[in-house]
Amino acid sequence: MSTLLFAILSSFLFAILLFGIGQKVFARISWFASILPISLFTYFLSFLGPTSSGETFSYLTKWVPSAGVNLDFRMDSLSTLFTLLITGVGSLVFLYTMKYLKGHKYLLRFYIYLSIFMGAMLGLVTSNNLISLFIFWELTSISSFFLINFKNTERASRKSAITALSITGFGGLALLAFAVLAGGLAGTYSISEMLNSSEALNNSSFTPILLILLFFAAFTKSAQFPFHFWLPGAMKAPTPVSTYLHSATMVKAGIYLLLRFSPHFGDNEIFSTVLITVGSITMLFAGFHTLFRTDMKGILAYSTIGALGIIIFLIGIGTNTSITAAIVFIIVHALYKATLFLLTGTVDHQTGTRDITQLGGLKKHLPILFVAGLLAAVSSAGIPPSVGFLGKDLIYESTLHGNQSILLTTIAVITNVFMVFAGFIVGVKPFVGKVTEKTIEVNKPHWLMWFTPLLLAITGIVFGIFPGIIEGLFTNSISQQLSGSEGMHLKLWHGFTLILLLSFITISLGLLIYFLWKPSSKKVRFMEGFNIASPKHILLKFAEYFEQFSYFLTRVFQNGYLRRYVMILLVLLTVVFGVHVFINPRVFLSLKEIRGLEVSEIIVCVVMFVSILYTVLTRSRLSAIAGMGVLGYSICFIFMFYGAPDLAMTQFLIDTLTVILFVLVLYRLPKYLRLSNNTNRIRDGIIATTFGTFLAFTIIEIMNETPIKKTTEFYAKNAYEMAKGKNIVNVILVDFRGFDTMIEIIVLSIAALGVFALLKLYLKKHEK
Amino acid sequence: MEILLAIMTGVLYAGGIYFILRRSLVKLIIGIVLLGNGVNLLIFLMGGLVKGKPPIIPEESHHLEGLYADPVPQALILTAIVISFGLQSFAIVLIKRAYKVVKTDDIDAMNKTDDIE
Repeated sequence: MSTLLFAILSSFLFAILLFGIGQKVFARISWFASILPISLFTYFLSFLGPTSSGETFSYLTKWVPSAGVNLDFRMDSLSTLFTLLITGVGSLVFLYTMKYLKGHKYLLRFYIYLSIFMGAMLGLVTSNNLISLFIFWELTSISSFFLINFKNTERASRKSAITALSITGFGGLALLAFAVLAGGLAGTYSISEMLNSSEALNNSSFTPILLILLFFAAFTKSAQFPFHFWLPGAMKAPTPVSTYLHSATMVKAGIYLLLRFSPHFGDNEIFSTVLITVGSITMLFAGFHTLFRTDMKGILAYSTIGALGIIIFLIGIGTNTSITAAIVFIIVHALYKATLFLLTGTVDHQTGTRDITQLGGLKKHLPILFVAGLLAAVSSAGIPPSVGFLGKDLIYESTLHGNQSILLTTIAVITNVFMVFAGFIVGVKPFVGKVTEKTIEVNKPHWLMWFTPLLLAITGIVFGIFPGIIEGLFTNSISQQLSGSEGMHLKLWHGFTLILLLSFITISLGLLIYFLWKPSSKKVRFMEGFNIASPKHILLKFAEYFEQFSYFLTRVFQNGYLRRYVMILLVLLTVVFGVHVFINPRVFLSLKEIRGLEVSEIIVCVVMFVSILYTVLTRSRLSAIAGMGVLGYSICFIFMFYGAPDLAMTQFLIDTLTVILFVLVLYRLPKYLRLSNNTNRIRDGIIATTFGTFLAFTIIEIMNETPIKKTTEFYAKNAYEMAKGKNIVNVILVDFRGFDTMIEIIVLSIAALGVFALLKLYLKKHEK
Repeated sequence: MEILLAIMTGVLYAGGIYFILRRSLVKLIIGIVLLGNGVNLLIFLMGGLVKGKPPIIPEESHHLEGLYADPVPQALILTAIVISFGLQSFAIVLIKRAYKVVKTDDIDAMNKTDDIE
């Protein structure tokens, strides 16, 4: 099945190909881009037959075998459903964009991003390896970032893009942690093999953490409360992007992940409780918010969040019926929501506004689009014979037959009422009623811009009339795969049951709200008053304070003052030394072996001490340099006493040279000023003295240890035999470590060149 | 003697650090010189002190035996002395040049590049 690998990676290759074509040529052949999704759609259609009868296909190639990371792709019924959604909606969006962004400067760039996104999304839903799934997951976040940021000259776009990236990016990190943890517990990163170790996954002490990580990943990606707010922000993207990423595909990645892992965790109490709770809150919250939006895309964004909540809620219930309901609802939602989004795009494109209060009477100009909108609204509302009716039916079916049936059913009904409202307000409202200023003259859109939404809307009705298609191709096999038994039998007409009554109530209430409730900017503003308590506000405020905090931290540590950098390091080191000295006071234990002092040694040490003090305390530059010289000479004596004649000689020469050099340039040097105040001097003095004291203690302590003399013995033995030299220090320098010495000479030469340049080259005029 | 030299090393470090923390560039350089001497002494001490026995193989022998001063730290220090001379001489000249251009010795006045016209 290496064609599978090629199919999944072809989008990335295609993106490179597009890049090679160049903007000018591409502007003329923009239809070319649509070849990719259409051919992929046809390709993935070929899996439909076999996977629906339970077959799976896999392709495995080792990527990083040592880490258990493989390009392991697996096509089963669930993956087929998602690949078809991705490539199917993708095809229409690619075609639609061609006209929607016709003549746009960065059309090519847009298609490149879209192709990369499509590849990442296909990889995500077909990966059987958790780590590669994570990589594709992150790729979708990143391509989403670029697509939201497409109008990157607008501040709001940039801000939304960053918000979306940070939220989904955090989720991605959680997914990685989940992958590593689950991989560790199960001993494999392969998702299908993990099924065999679901014991280990469910009964470990890590299970709660594992689930939290999984939830965090899924909820951020699928915009669940309280992480939902990046999705309305993401509506800053061009409408095709909103259609494709932020409604039909990318936001379903979290749902895909939960579905994929529902066999692993389905029986877990935490899994179902959390999903039901979060799903319910999101559904109600988002549904309610659709009432307070006037931007068509804003309404759609919130109704999308609500729909995602419903699906999560259904996965949480976890019965056979509810999984079937979830699958059907994924299809339902993709079909009607994409229709509504594309319709919004066309309306916006032709009239220049998406404000629902400024639109009306468009059906005269855009009759076919109105048909599409009406069909989508019908599906959204769950009015028969649309596929939406099937979906809503199944939702009630799942909530009624389970625990807490009254509570859950009430929640579902309320949410669906809002869905009816949202579908009609976007799909119907702009086309009916009075003609407004903006809709007096409207040009006819290109046929692709009404055909694509219409096609989706009609598909929704066809699936509704023939529910056997969905059942035969998807729900049966997916349900088999996820819960081990066949899904619910889907049919449009169940007879006069409680569910039908609930449906009737939902639709009438929804329509009632649609006719009575008029969205207005006043209501939007009213709702904005509550923003202070919203998760968005809280999180953004947190981000703001965090930024200020890191700014403060940077100012403290990266302050640009050399002294402070040194001081921070020193204080830290002093603390380390200090702790050591106080914890291990064995310093004074074994000093009996110290030999007696000779007079000459004492004299040298006294001279050293005095010269250091003099250098530090004097107020004259010349005296300080003289003190430094004396100090150098006394060190010279120490080297001489203790068997290092070479060192003594070098020290003597270099010390003399340094002093001469200092004195030579001394009078060109700045005056010796006292720049710091007394407080600073005392503070620095204390730091320096403490450090020196602790260091001295540590040295004494170290000297109690017997040094390892292996290297020394090697040189002592071989200096003459291997290098024919008797002065071992010299032999080390010019023979054993000859290369080091050569490099040292090079360093010195460079320094000499630098000195020469600084002394001899003239200043340029502007430097004087 | 070891203790005395350990204390001397501590004093050298203290003096060097105190000067490095000053605002004057000249003091900074002197501080680095002091610290460099301190480091040399520290390495020397770590090899163990042996009086009057340089690591030189006697005329008649092919090996060095018995008690002798450790040549390894000596080789290290020799390199260090020479390199620090390179550093010092470059730094001294650099200060001179910098003073000519920006007319100040204060490090705090030198931490912005934009001030130089």
